[in-house]
Formats: sequence, structure tokens, C-alpha cells
Amino acid sequence: MMMNHTLKNQYNLRPGTIISGKWHGNNYTIVKELGYGANGVVYLAKHKHTQVALKMSDNGMSITSEVNVLKSFAKVQGPQTLGPSLLDVDDWQCKQVGPLISFYVMEYIQGPDFLSFLHHRGKSWTLVLFLQLLSDLEVLHENGWVFGDLKPENLIVTGPPPKIRCIDVGGTTMQGRAIKEFTEFYDRGYWGLGSRKAEPSYDLFAAAMIMINSAYPKRFKKASGGMLQLKEAIRQKPELLKFEKAIVKALQGHYSNAKQMRADLLDVMVDKPSFDPSIQPKRADSGASVNSQKNKPKAGKPLTRQTYRKKKKKSGWTEFFIIALVLGILYALYTFNKLL
Amino acid sequence: MYTGKIRQILLITDGCSNQGEDPIAMAALAKEQGITVNVIGVTEKDIIDEKGMTEIEGIAMSGGGVSQIVYTEALSQTVQMVTRKAMNQTIQGVVNSQLQQILGRSQTMEDLPPDKRGEVMEVVDELGETVELEVLILVDTSASMKHKLPTVKEALLDLSLSLNARSGENQFSVYVFPGKKNDVEKLLDWTPKLQSLTSIFSQLSTGGITPTGPALRTALSSFNQKQSIRSLLSRDDESYFEESI
Repeated sequence: MMMNHTLKNQYNLRPGTIISGKWHGNNYTIVKELGYGANGVVYLAKHKHTQVALKMSDNGMSITSEVNVLKSFAKVQGPQTLGPSLLDVDDWQCKQVGPLISFYVMEYIQGPDFLSFLHHRGKSWTLVLFLQLLSDLEVLHENGWVFGDLKPENLIVTGPPPKIRCIDVGGTTMQGRAIKEFTEFYDRGYWGLGSRKAEPSYDLFAAAMIMINSAYPKRFKKASGGMLQLKEAIRQKPELLKFEKAIVKALQGHYSNAKQMRADLLDVMVDKPSFDPSIQPKRADSGASVNSQKNKPKAGKPLTRQTYRKKKKKSGWTEFFIIALVLGILYALYTFNKLL
Repeated sequence: MYTGKIRQILLITDGCSNQGEDPIAMAALAKEQGITVNVIGVTEKDIIDEKGMTEIEGIAMSGGGVSQIVYTEALSQTVQMVTRKAMNQTIQGVVNSQLQQILGRSQTMEDLPPDKRGEVMEVVDELGETVELEVLILVDTSASMKHKLPTVKEALLDLSLSLNARSGENQFSVYVFPGKKNDVEKLLDWTPKLQSLTSIFSQLSTGGITPTGPALRTALSSFNQKQSIRSLLSRDDESYFEESI
């Protein structure tokens, strides 16, 4: 955050600067700066007429660590969408004398970041992107990783067709270890809602906070902190209220994997058509369902639950009568026996 | 394998020392004993003057640690990052000296080709997760720090949250300077959790002087006392460890 100015100034590379690797001898021409984070600066660069992203840092360890993560992603089967693919790792002798600067080169993922995409293309894309993100997280988690520093700035929407991609694996941590890097607003520790241990629910908390962030582009500060403040924030925005159940469950850490959260988000969309025929009662129903959902978060769709309850009530009465009848017969037999 | 523990002093201050020994010399003394000194300079809109800056950088440099100037709002993130960074530096130092033993004099991690470096990095990561860590926190409570203290408390709680997510053990201790009677006052003895800070921190009174040097000296002796008690108690355990590994 505040602390990277020194680093940024240190490597203010001008466009046209040629970075040549000490070990593999590849040359990269700097085009422009793409951004900088806690662990270094990312540049857009050219290598033999293809555009690549080049990340360098004065902290060689963090570069090596990120390269390890990207290498491990490359071994994962299936469509390669977890992080950017790794192209080269090397050191650069910046000046005649002085330390070597470590850098790595990766695929350049082009597109707007998550929030600007939503701003331009409309809120109807929110859910689509989230479902994509959760599928990716599922694969990531299945392979023993936790993304860690999940935030809109680290999500790029490429395309067409629009597809969400995670960049910056600086915070990606092996499951069970302590999260390497995080951003306060998306960190459950900051909100007092959990530990900083790398587990799937840590990412899902961050995902839920990104959802909240999409309705509050300016974010907000921790006031009272904790669940109450976040729940209040959800209630004030209709686009969040729709997904309240899933968001709150993710914030509370009740999802053990991304698949469950994904299913619950999809559920909200599937529910809608069943209400459509009569609009007036729908309002009343959905209002009631929000209230009762708070009491029983695990129950399914509101409509089916009501019928289920009625049935249950009915079956409760028949049960009562049968038992009363059986007891009555038994008592009658008993008195009959006594009389004889 | 490296089975020692990492010992750090984290100094949180907002200006220059004005009493007692030279803090830079005290930091060098700490380094000689294998204790790293990290410094965080907390500033607000006012910028820390040049003299203060030089001292902050000087303490961290001679203490073998990391220094960072930061706005009060960003303190939490910085405290945990600085601690982690310094811890990794120490581990890397140890790994480097092991590498030198194996590969020859001038070989360090940076001299390895990138592929090999990745394998070594996995060892460093693993150690960072499991190594035992002792952090002594030294908080400047001179008058100008008064309204920053609530944020300092938050940042320290946050630090314990971050470090306790590791599987390795942590020990924290908190000292403030100037203290009520002496230059330095112990606020919290060695403990794995910092939660008990909440009640103590609100009762803190602030003083006028900034005896950074004496504070560092007291911090050092706290480490040494701890070590001597430990070695009395668990000498058998440790030798057993060494044999088994």
C-alpha cells in the first residue's frame, strides 16, 4: 500500500529500456508500466514482436516464490486459467556494478480490471463473472493452493467472450500455511471474522467482499467491524440483498469449498422464474422468505418450504390421532381385561 | 536442518531519541547477539525530520533489520509485513551460510541459476512457516505518540493474528518507553498471544522524553534472561532434539 513508493522510484524504467537476462540471454524491451504491488513492478514489454508482462523486484525471494507458484499451476491439468502462464525467469544486471535484479516474464493478460468492466458493461455481468471466478478457485483449491490476495485489482476480464482471470500470485499460499499477502478490505482477519490460515474459506470470504465491493466501488472503512456492519451494508443494496444468503454464508466461513457457494449463487437465479406468474404475491413471499431465511439459513427454496411445512403440520395431526387411537385401544383392552 | 529460533526487536517510534545511549550502537549490540532490530516510523501529515529519519534507518541497518516509514492508517499492514520480511531475511541468511558450506565460499542463493533457486526457496518458505519466532515490541510513548497509540494497539493485535496463522510457535513481549518510573517499562511478559494488550494499552500514560537507546538495551537483557531461564528448564529437551535431527 503506502510503502511501495521507494520501490517504485527505484525502478522507474523508461520505455525502450532493454532488459537482458543473465542466464537465458533473452532481451525484452520495456513498453510501459502496468502497475506495481507490494512485491515489485509489472511492465508491459516486447519480446520478438509479442507482448509480454515482465515483473521485477529488488526482493529476489518474492520473485522466486511467485515463480514456484506459477510453475506449479502449469502442472495442473485442464484449461490453463489459474494464473498467467510463465515464460521466462532470469536476472538482469541493471548497472555495470551493483546487485542483480530478479525478474520473470509471463503471458500478458489484456483487459479491464473487474470493477471497470462491470462499470462499462453493466451489473448483469456480476453473477457470470463470479461463477467463473468460483470455478477457477475450485480448481486452485483442489490443487492445494489458496489465492490469498484476492481483490478486484487482481482480476482481469479478458475476451471476447468475457472471461475472468486472476493475475498477481504474490499472495498465493499453500493450504495450511499462513497467508503471505493480503489487502485489508478483503481479509477476514481485518474484519475479525477468522484467521489468516490459508484455507478455501479464506478465498471465499474475499470473493464475498468483492461482491460487496461491486456495490460499493469506493469500499468503506471498518467502523464497528464484524458481521453486523457487513450485513447492514448488504441490506442497503438490492443487488446484494438478492444474494444475501450466499454472501453471508461465505463471510461466516460456512462454505468449505467454492462449489457450494457457486451452487447457492446459481440457486438464486433459478428461483426467480417460479415466482414470475403472479407479481404481487411474489413481493410478499420474497420479503417473508428473507426474514425466515435468517432464522433457518439451511432451508431450501421459500415456496417449497411452505408447502413442506403444511404437509408436515398435517402429518403431525394424523400422527397424533393414530397414537391416541392406539393408546385408547390398549387402555380399553386393559380395562376390559381387568373387568373380566 | 536449522532448528534455532528467530529473535527480533520491533521498534515503533515517531522521532528521534533524546536521552541515554546511542540507539544505533545498541542495535549493533543486538545484532552481535543474533537479534534483528526492525524499526517502524509512524508519521502523520507531518513528516519525520531528517535527523529522525537517519536514526530510524541507522538503527535498522546496524540491527540487521528492516525499516519503514508509514502513515498511521497503514500501520497494521506494515507491522506484519516488516516482521515477515525480516524473518525471511534471517532465514535466507541461514540458508545462504548452509549453501556456502556445501557449494563453496562465494555461493549464495542469488548465484544459483533460477531453477535451482526455486528449490532452495521452498526450503526457505517451509522454514518461515515452522520456525519458532520471538518478537519483542518496543513502543515509543512520548507525548507526540499519544493519539497514535490506539492504532498501534490494533496493529499489534493484527500482527499476532498474522503470525499465529503459522504452524511455528510465537512468543511476544511488549515494552514501552518512557515508563512510569524508569526509562523503560515492561507491559507484557513473554506470551504466545497479544490479546491481553487490549486492557493494558488504554491505561498508558505518555511522557516527554524518548530514551530509545536505553529501551533497546533493556530489551536485549530481556532476551538474555529468557534464554537463561529456558536453558535451565529445557536443556535436556534441546539436546534430545539435536540428536534426533
